[in-house]
Amino acid sequence: MISIVRDLIRYNIEFAIGLVLTTIIVIFACLSFFSPVNPNLVYTAIPDQPPSWQYWFGTNSRGQEMFWQLSFAFRNTLSFGVTVALISRVISIFVGLLSGYLGGWVDRILMFVNDIFVAIPIFPILILFYFVMRSNLNSFTLALVMACFGWPFDARLIRSVALGLRHREFTRQAVFAGMSPIKIMLEEHLPYVMPIIFATAMANMIWSIGLEVTLAVLGFTNINIPTVGTTLYWANNHSALVVGVWWWILIPVIILVMMFLGLFLLAVSLNEYIDPRSRLRRMGV
Amino acid sequence: MREYLLFALKRFVQLAAVVFFGISGAFFISHLSPISPVETILGEVTGRSSVDPEAIAQIRQALTELFGLDVPLWQQYLNFWGRFATGDLGPSLLAFPTPSMKLVMLALPWTVGLLTSSIIITWIIGNFLGGLAGYFQNSRLLKLFGVVSIGVQPIPHYIVAFLMVIVFGFLWPILPISGGFAMNVRPGWTIQFVLSILHYSILPAASLVIVGMGTWFLGMRALVSNIVTEDYVTYAELANVSRGRIVGSYVIRNALVPQLTALSMALGGIFSGTIITEQVFTYPGLGSLLVSAVNGGDTTTVLAVSSMAIIAVATAIFIIDLLHPLLDPRVKAA
Amino acid sequence: MASNDVLEVRDLKAYYLMNYYGVTREVRAVDDITMSIKRNEVYGIAGESSSGKTSFIKVLAAAIRPPLEVVAGSAVYDFSGMRPIDVARASDADTDRIRWKYLSYIMQGSMSVLNPLRRIESTFEDFAARPLGLSGGALRQRVVEHLATLKLGPEVLRAYPHELSGGMRQRVTIGLATICNPEFIIADEPTTALDVVVQKDVLSLIRNLQRQMGASVILVTHDMSVHANMADRVGIMYAGRLVEDGPTRTLFTAPKHPYTAHLVASLPRIGDTARRPALEGRPPNLADPPSGCRFHPRCPLAIDRCKTEVPPLATVSQEHRSACWRADDVEPLVTADGDAGRDTVTA
Repeated sequence: MISIVRDLIRYNIEFAIGLVLTTIIVIFACLSFFSPVNPNLVYTAIPDQPPSWQYWFGTNSRGQEMFWQLSFAFRNTLSFGVTVALISRVISIFVGLLSGYLGGWVDRILMFVNDIFVAIPIFPILILFYFVMRSNLNSFTLALVMACFGWPFDARLIRSVALGLRHREFTRQAVFAGMSPIKIMLEEHLPYVMPIIFATAMANMIWSIGLEVTLAVLGFTNINIPTVGTTLYWANNHSALVVGVWWWILIPVIILVMMFLGLFLLAVSLNEYIDPRSRLRRMGV
Repeated sequence: MREYLLFALKRFVQLAAVVFFGISGAFFISHLSPISPVETILGEVTGRSSVDPEAIAQIRQALTELFGLDVPLWQQYLNFWGRFATGDLGPSLLAFPTPSMKLVMLALPWTVGLLTSSIIITWIIGNFLGGLAGYFQNSRLLKLFGVVSIGVQPIPHYIVAFLMVIVFGFLWPILPISGGFAMNVRPGWTIQFVLSILHYSILPAASLVIVGMGTWFLGMRALVSNIVTEDYVTYAELANVSRGRIVGSYVIRNALVPQLTALSMALGGIFSGTIITEQVFTYPGLGSLLVSAVNGGDTTTVLAVSSMAIIAVATAIFIIDLLHPLLDPRVKAA
Repeated sequence: MASNDVLEVRDLKAYYLMNYYGVTREVRAVDDITMSIKRNEVYGIAGESSSGKTSFIKVLAAAIRPPLEVVAGSAVYDFSGMRPIDVARASDADTDRIRWKYLSYIMQGSMSVLNPLRRIESTFEDFAARPLGLSGGALRQRVVEHLATLKLGPEVLRAYPHELSGGMRQRVTIGLATICNPEFIIADEPTTALDVVVQKDVLSLIRNLQRQMGASVILVTHDMSVHANMADRVGIMYAGRLVEDGPTRTLFTAPKHPYTAHLVASLPRIGDTARRPALEGRPPNLADPPSGCRFHPRCPLAIDRCKTEVPPLATVSQEHRSACWRADDVEPLVTADGDAGRDTVTA
């Protein structure tokens, strides 16, 4: 495993850049564990200070130090993304393997449900949830709802892999030896599916974080929890650009773009590494 | 032909199922809201002037009947579908007593226009460029485009729209950043009005195109890189079939089929992105309507917009599915 | 180059040069091959998988792409009405001129060589319109006539590939390859993955067309019985090298290389219950082949000289060459009883 990562870093520039970017952001987010400032308090510092040696990222109009604010913000946002990715992976593995392996009416029902979820535009539904729950909507519930919409694509992918595996020799041998379907799925088929899981997890994170940021900026999540989206929400609320507090908006956006870019590069390079046909192509150059 | 009709029928059943379950879901979620439409309207009405308590009680009674809230939930559900069939989703709470469906219908053409034009541009051009990039792997221009796409692709719609507002609103104000048409132009089927609409749609459309183009370009490029190794392409190259014919009919045409499937899977997300973008540009489509409805606690309008969104996306997917067998003769229309 | 030769290959070397994640590999798929093919001749190439035969014919078809590259040598075609052309070095423009009109290719696996989204008539137009210089009605006429000789009716034209059976698809592919009356046809495993009945059909089709057109065919297959039935001369490839070649009958009755002897002996004959000796070991890794004669690790006749010196492809008798230090000691492993030559596949 380590040698694979090492090879990827040395020869795949996309992976290297993606890893660097993502690591920077993760470190930045972890710094929040050592923060001397409580992010939920306001007016703990002089408001509207541009970035300087004292305040690395400046302060905002609510009197909060941007550096620690953003550190917490990214920590919350990243953990949100990871949570959604984890839950939706579990659902999509379950549905995909079950559907692909068992086939028949199980497959038909699951794919029917799958198609319904694919067709429903998630944004209005999320807004509906916010509308109903208002300030009771905490990160975890939101993550749960998003996970419920994040599994369809990948479940289909996993299903097609499982369909192929069903007819392989080792599967028939396992059935012949009396292995129960669940055991076959978990022990024999799951390893084939893991690479897809990894690659799609990144894409899933990008998607869920993007959605969370969008909702938060519009003020449709719990705005008292510091996340990247809520930071932008408060910045808008205080008309940051008009007042001239540009660092309140620009710095989070830059770091956000870095994070997206990092995750995306990781996803793309992992995908290409896994796909055996692209490997052959690279060998020729 | 019979096979195709059967196929269309199956897909239609699917469409109906999606609409049914989706809207039912929306219905139940919205009825969990603690906001009572009756109290909201009462609040509006009584807030303007003092009203006799007896009158309040009567209004409350009338409103409760109007909204059908005096019956248990399951009955409300059935009544809902009954009214839905006639296109009546109840009056908007903010703009009482305008029917919420009317507001939705006013906003819908704007969204559909933006959506259709941006999808056509991004899908067609994105796939075409991606196809070229996948086949002519050594073109420097296309490689550059690829790198730019990678940079822009993961950024969410809102951020891009936001950045465009910043750039064109503050730094370089040459294009309008809000509204659907100029305020001093009269609505009507005049050239002036049409031009004004186009003028105001440039930025929102551009924002959507920037976000969307990358996805199709990168996807198509990857797809084409694989198709190029297929036997029938290698054979055609062996036989010295003209390069243009190979790129067009052997490579791109074959890659478009999975891309069409990808389009129908992505429509939900594209739709969401569109209404988000609308909100940023205060474009008078479903996006702005939805946000203002949520902020104002207007349950019926929120439900109406959600329903319309579900119907619109499901119908679009249905139409694309119908196109599928026409593009790929292998799809057994059964 | 003899005027009777349509193809002359000299000292041809083609390797896969790969550099992937810091590891460099050189796979010597075609390592020093010299041979020639006459006009109006069927030449068979036999060998196991990974003997290099597919890479060899890719070079002959001017269809190589990185990582496969020609490292040395030449492969010169002499078509009527043209200057000789060396496909190992020729430019794209030059090879385009001979493609399909003089040199065509029947690919392995009829499943996937036809564009699934295009009707057969459109595919024929793509392939044949330019070389034939015909279009529209005239082209259609010619295609229909040609398909008739392959026992395919004109209704095939409007069909899509997936609507045809495997055998029909293979005939269409053969039709595609032969419609321009090429002088040289490369047939790459045309019968693999086909059942025996269809195999017979396909082979007789190829044979008839070859006779009609007077074309030369290079027929690559690992199936020795196909060579016995079709080929005038056979070349045996092992580990990227040509180890023996000569007239088919001679090779089958009196092989002069141990590998050939084993290959020939592997064909079962009705009524013959003798045990057949199997070769130990497996074909070598072409990235790191054995020194000297590449066959020596598996050869029952190997001596010390075989491990260090590469035996040249030396003439043993009329038109019969063998690359073995002990060619004179090679005996056939199974005695031929009566006529083991051509069968009556194409009466």
